Amino acid sequence: MALQPTIATPNLDAGHAIALLRDMVRIRRFEEKAAELYSASKIRGFLHLYIGEEAVAVGAMRALRPEDAVVATYREHGHALLRGVSADSIMAEMYGKQEGCSRGRGGSMHLFDAATRFYGGNAIVGGGLPLAIGFALADKLQHRQRVTACFFGDGAVAEGEFHECMNLAALWKLPVLLCCENNLYAMGTALKRAQSQTDLSLKAAAYEIASWPVDGMDVVACEEAAQRAALAVRSGEGPCFLEFRTYRFRAHSMYDPQLYRDKREVEEWKKRDPIATFQNRLTTQGVLDDANMKRIEDEVASEIEKAIAFAESGTWEPIEDLTRFAYSGEKPT
Amino acid sequence: MSPDAQKVKITYREAMRQAIRDALIRDQRVFLMGEDVGAYGGCYAVSKGLLEEFGPDRIRDTPLSESAFVGAGIGAAMNGMRPIVEIMTVNFSLLALDQIVNNAATILHMSGGQINIPLVIRMTTGAGRQLAAQHSHSLEGWYAHIPGIKVLAPATLEDARGMLWTALEDPDPVLIFEHGTLYNMEGEMAVDAGAVEISKAAVRRAGTDVSLITYGGTLGKTIQAAEQLAASGVDAEVVDLRTLRPLDTESILDSVMRTHRAVVIDEGWRSGSISAEISARIMEGAFYELDLPVERICSAEVPMPYARHLEEAALPQASTIVATVTRMMGGHG
Ligand SMILES: Cc1ncc(C[n+]2csc(CCOP(=O)(O)OP(=O)(O)O)c2C)c(N)n1
Ligand SMILES: [Mg+2]
Repeated sequence: MALQPTIATPNLDAGHAIALLRDMVRIRRFEEKAAELYSASKIRGFLHLYIGEEAVAVGAMRALRPEDAVVATYREHGHALLRGVSADSIMAEMYGKQEGCSRGRGGSMHLFDAATRFYGGNAIVGGGLPLAIGFALADKLQHRQRVTACFFGDGAVAEGEFHECMNLAALWKLPVLLCCENNLYAMGTALKRAQSQTDLSLKAAAYEIASWPVDGMDVVACEEAAQRAALAVRSGEGPCFLEFRTYRFRAHSMYDPQLYRDKREVEEWKKRDPIATFQNRLTTQGVLDDANMKRIEDEVASEIEKAIAFAESGTWEPIEDLTRFAYSGEKPT
Repeated sequence: MSPDAQKVKITYREAMRQAIRDALIRDQRVFLMGEDVGAYGGCYAVSKGLLEEFGPDRIRDTPLSESAFVGAGIGAAMNGMRPIVEIMTVNFSLLALDQIVNNAATILHMSGGQINIPLVIRMTTGAGRQLAAQHSHSLEGWYAHIPGIKVLAPATLEDARGMLWTALEDPDPVLIFEHGTLYNMEGEMAVDAGAVEISKAAVRRAGTDVSLITYGGTLGKTIQAAEQLAASGVDAEVVDLRTLRPLDTESILDSVMRTHRAVVIDEGWRSGSISAEISARIMEGAFYELDLPVERICSAEVPMPYARHLEEAALPQASTIVATVTRMMGGHG
């Protein structure tokens, strides 16, 4: 399978470009606030931030339609937000309130929302892949023109399940869009210390899956690759694999002294911040001005403030309900 | 340990680290292998500093490949090494369950006693940190179901320091379960603390009225409960099982013969559990000694919820132990 280079699009529709920027800013500010709330002990457990990687989700999610399905990891606040899970219900979930999208049962790592076909929130590395294969199998069996997008990290590539799933996806020609978020680290393990072949798209290619690497710091490249891949998947050509090359700017979770990487490396990558670079590009092109930018920031800030207020005023699920949802005798209202 | 041995302040984490370090020094065949044990310093910082001291051959970071590296530990043990394999948490050990149950536990038997497997597998277990349903379960009781492996649950500094070496000297596979809430536990330990035997339960608090039988993460809560009970005139004995397989039935029965009442406290679920096994053994061995039926305090039969109040309600707590014992003593005190 030949690797296809990503194509640069100089003429990006202004409204669309601003929407992409806005999506990225939304995730960034939401998570910055989440980090603060974590320090204030409002949010507990593990909290994995996507800061630095926003372009990937923003680009990829644009290629999906409401009838499609999304399976993500524990680093999924951004994906959930873009999928249309409300900031209110995500924030409330992280507070552990019953108004949260998973009723406070899941927390940051387990955002679920059936209404937007957002199926987690999976915190076992690689654990979402078989589910996504099953979603795609169901769609294929039902002759539905749908795509299942599965997000997973570079770390997942080392799991046996990854390889089993690549084979099944290709063997059964399943409509699954495999989105590998290669941020070069699995917790403290650098990709080069975990993989003999660090070109991850080649792994999928070895299973006869159409696959290509994408500049994960460039939102336009991400969207374009995802649109093209989703089109192929939707039209019945079988799975596509996108290796989004990106970088996590923050700690793996909230506790992480980051002994495993050089601060300078982080600084180098920050120069490629997907938001700052895109913002500059749009400003230079005359598409974006300060007033535009301020409006985006203000709108996002008020959405987040509202979400916090919603979470704060949320309620605790009664303890008598503790054992609910072990079985589906009843469904959440 | 001599009675006037010097004491040092130490945490459970440091005691475990000392044990690993000591083993690496004592036996060149020992090596530590697992995810993020090296460059990251261990996901719970147990192995911090060991990479620098012993180098990457003996402090071996693995990719996210639980089945492969646990299986590799088995193979290396069969081929003359004394591996310590670390799995981040018991939840992820499920990806290696096949290797543990189908290989580690069976090869000695299947080979007619020719080939033993001197392997130690360490992992974190338990809840209490709002990590939700994929990072919180206590599955050590499951492992205790399997003939061919031994299951340890160090709950004290001395056991964290001392069980590992004895486990490494054992000819057969030993699983060590470290409760996640114990790592920061701090106390005094003799400077010359060393190997401890791993076949006997220990009475952590002698008492005459009721036997509180527990292990691992619930030992602290149980001792706390015993102290509260003492204030109201109930003298509880606390038995720390230390080893879940093979169970030290004799010590359990000895205690029950003295107190005639028993409560088993276990963070695992109640159904089909180690607590059920203990209760059955008491019934089999001391039925006529009992004043009352054996009681059990276990986790609620539900995957672990994220919200703090629900997690607390799901877990055995000192208050539940006190209430249960008080009820049992009513009219019998
Ligand atoms: C099967 C399994 N093993 C280990 C872990 C612990 N763990 C959680 S995230 C993580 C790193 C995963 O890295 P990657 O897949 O690259 O995703 P990233 O965190 O970089 O987004 C590890 C080791 C886990 N959750 N599941
Ligand atoms: Mg990664």
